Amino acid sequence: MSKVNLEKAEVEIRERRLGSITGFEGSAKELVDSARCGSLKDKSRSFSQCLGCSTSNAACTVVLIQDAAVISHGPVGCAGCLHEFAFTYRVNGVHRGVDNPTQRRIFSTNMKETDTVYGGSQKLFDTIYEVERRVKPKAIFVITTCASGIIGDDVESIAEEAEDEIGIPVVAIFCEGFRSKIWTSGFDAGYHGVARKLIKKAEKKQTDLVNIINFWGTDIFADWFGRLGLRANYLTPYATVDQIAHSSEAIATIQICSTLGSYLGAALEQGFGVPEIRVSPPYGIAQTDRWFRELGRITNREKEAEKFIDEERERWLPQIEELRKKLAGKTAYVTAGASHGHSLLALLKELGMEPQGAAIFHHDPVYDNESIESDTLQNVVNDYGNIPNYNVCNKQEYELVNVLNRVRPDVLLARHGGMTLWGAKFGIPSLLIGDEHFGMGYQGIVQYGERILETMENDEFVKNLEKHAINPYTKWWLDQDPYAFLGGNSDVRTY
Amino acid sequence: MSGLIEQQRFMCAIGGMQTVVAIPRAVPILHSGPGCGTMVSGFFERATGYSGGSTAPCTNFSESEVIFGGEEKLRELIKNTYKVLDTDLQVVLTGCTSAIVGDDVGSIVSEFADEGKPIVYVETAGFKATNYESHSTIVNAIIDQYVDQFSETAADKDSKLVNVFASIPYQDPFWKGNLEEYKRLIEGIGLKANILFGPYSGGVDEWKSIPTAGFNVLISPWYGTEIVKNLETKYNQPFFQFPYIPIGGNETTRFLEELTTFANDHGAALSMERAKHFIAREELSFYEEIDNLATFLLEFRYGLPSFVHILQDASYVLGISKFLLHEVGIIPHELFITDDTPEEYQELIKEISLKISDKKQIPIYFLADAGKAQEIIKNISHSGRGLIIGSGWDKELAKEKGYDFLSAALPSPYRMILTTGYAGYRGGLRLIEDIYNKVLDTYR
Repeated sequence: MSKVNLEKAEVEIRERRLGSITGFEGSAKELVDSARCGSLKDKSRSFSQCLGCSTSNAACTVVLIQDAAVISHGPVGCAGCLHEFAFTYRVNGVHRGVDNPTQRRIFSTNMKETDTVYGGSQKLFDTIYEVERRVKPKAIFVITTCASGIIGDDVESIAEEAEDEIGIPVVAIFCEGFRSKIWTSGFDAGYHGVARKLIKKAEKKQTDLVNIINFWGTDIFADWFGRLGLRANYLTPYATVDQIAHSSEAIATIQICSTLGSYLGAALEQGFGVPEIRVSPPYGIAQTDRWFRELGRITNREKEAEKFIDEERERWLPQIEELRKKLAGKTAYVTAGASHGHSLLALLKELGMEPQGAAIFHHDPVYDNESIESDTLQNVVNDYGNIPNYNVCNKQEYELVNVLNRVRPDVLLARHGGMTLWGAKFGIPSLLIGDEHFGMGYQGIVQYGERILETMENDEFVKNLEKHAINPYTKWWLDQDPYAFLGGNSDVRTY
Repeated sequence: MSGLIEQQRFMCAIGGMQTVVAIPRAVPILHSGPGCGTMVSGFFERATGYSGGSTAPCTNFSESEVIFGGEEKLRELIKNTYKVLDTDLQVVLTGCTSAIVGDDVGSIVSEFADEGKPIVYVETAGFKATNYESHSTIVNAIIDQYVDQFSETAADKDSKLVNVFASIPYQDPFWKGNLEEYKRLIEGIGLKANILFGPYSGGVDEWKSIPTAGFNVLISPWYGTEIVKNLETKYNQPFFQFPYIPIGGNETTRFLEELTTFANDHGAALSMERAKHFIAREELSFYEEIDNLATFLLEFRYGLPSFVHILQDASYVLGISKFLLHEVGIIPHELFITDDTPEEYQELIKEISLKISDKKQIPIYFLADAGKAQEIIKNISHSGRGLIIGSGWDKELAKEKGYDFLSAALPSPYRMILTTGYAGYRGGLRLIEDIYNKVLDTYR
């Protein structure tokens, strides 16, 4: 365990910092209990498929900053998927008040074999200059890759030197893929760079400003916060460098997903004195009420929060009740990144459905704020009871295929590209909601419930796909225990 | 010069895993860092195939493999791949991490090959090459390490059979449609074509028949050259090269006529009459459309693009500009080759570009750094209505310039391409449809 240290160039990966794991089979309660008593162990797999990596998650935290440019220091392939963020930025701008989204400026130093022999420092240096000339950004981020990490380029010194010369922040972000099996370590790396280089000490406080650590979801907070007399400061997508610099002036920080915001929330609190809301994000009634009350307490708006909750209950409870009748007893399976997966499980339980299990990409036994009440899985178990067949599985399709083939739930909920395909191939209605704000609050329960109903009702497409689905998996594999390759303990450490 | 690349339009060497994905029932096995496969899927989009994307096995290098090597992990992964996935060919591709650490991948793969498994390996460290180059390395590895085992026992050479090397699967977004059209055309003049990739290939069995072909067909100004040279040495197969994509009437006819002559010079004994008849039929249906279209092109009074900038690989830049200038009447201005063409091939491409028109020289730039290409376009202007044919990155540029825009290169997030092709007679007509549908769509 380590406290946030903004003096250091790098933040430790989640495995070491939080004791996070990527392999577990059991129930949610068992996982929470072993985390609480410090007996959590990781497992490794003797067959594995392509994972995500930290460099793209780090990019996710910085590419969408309005007036910054990003350099991937490595071979050209390490920036291969980043164009997706350019698309996102352009398409979702309209939902976030950016009417004329500018082109994202994404560069690769294009590392070649000679650079791996003689070092890529000069190349990086020259690239930073050219990017400054071409873009005139307010900040430049340099994200590292396996190749630059292994050959040992001193990216921090180069960034420092370039920063002195060109007079804008040049932020080194250390996010080599091989360092962590948990690609969300890349979020932490990106936010660490943002916190140590962009955020300034507050000179004054803005008592109505609340930081929201999120992706690029619809701006639902404007309406909610308007009713509470608060303003939303979204971090970091669609923010400007200047706006980020002043996030220290906020009165509180909230996260739409603790997997995403754990580190930045803690950095804002420990480094800049902005308190973080330490309860689960508002998915499901229990968590929504708790969250709004905590928000009210921290921002001195307790009465407003109570009034808000009352209004929401009055407006939405009848519809929630209707949905519960229709969804009672329907089964579901969830596959998602960690904390958002917990949120989906809460939603399902709230709607009276029965989660038959979950494949969740990793597990953080505790978040950076070290507070037990922030444990989003524990809160689900306490509020709604145990979840059976809760597995920690870092996007291993073969395990998911095997499980889905057995459990055949009424609906599959996914929150990561590529995972719905196998639900559909088995004829299981499958739903992926891209907008992370969609299920929040009372209205979110209704919205999600309606979408689930709609998905289950309109199953013609998946039923037809099932008939023609191509399956590369062997019959042998589909007959095995889904965790047959989840083997001995590795990197065992308690925290 | 720093050698940086803004707005990449290709991948590093490991992006060549899509070459494997395009062979029916073949599986790429990555011995690489954890993100390589995701980067490849993210770049190409909708390109999982039989067992790429999230299905592809990967050792997912971690710190311990970087320090102690990843050989044991790879051995285990390959062993279990046979249990989990039902595949006809396994291609192990290495990433930067494995190359720097120095794993002896060859000897591990040979353990399985020695048991008779159809498995090969290729070094595809990202810093060593682009996917335009690694495509050839991968195809050659499959030929040298696997196909070659069957060359002794293979049937006699068939002088009418050809292996076709043209579009790079997935890097050419129109590869499926193009390969289908090439097969149709080549078989139309009386040859038989091993198309090797995609649904119209015969999978691994077809690959095994590569040594029995009479000669090879290369449709490309540069990429793929190493494949046909390898086959020339290995199986004494000559090759016919057409140095750009033949699009439309003029170039497709030229392609077929030259190919017919080459084939007969090399003993294929094609019926000239049959070949001529086929070409004539194809031309008839092609020119019927052009004839119908001409009035629209000449008279449409609300504005049509009069010039074009193209940002694509060398094969497309040459093929599209020839077609649009001569058969559609759109004038190519500054052209940008974004495929990182190795220097030794640039001269040939420049020579061909000089002959796009006999009246004018069209400026051509070799710029893997497409951000730089955009900077050039931003700073020039031409009279008339402009068109940009490029990748999704260029949509915003076109908007800024007030030009029409057709997405026809990767990455292509604004356009869905399934089996559309731009090669051949039919491809030319399809390209016309796509351009003018975009133009007409601006009138609301």
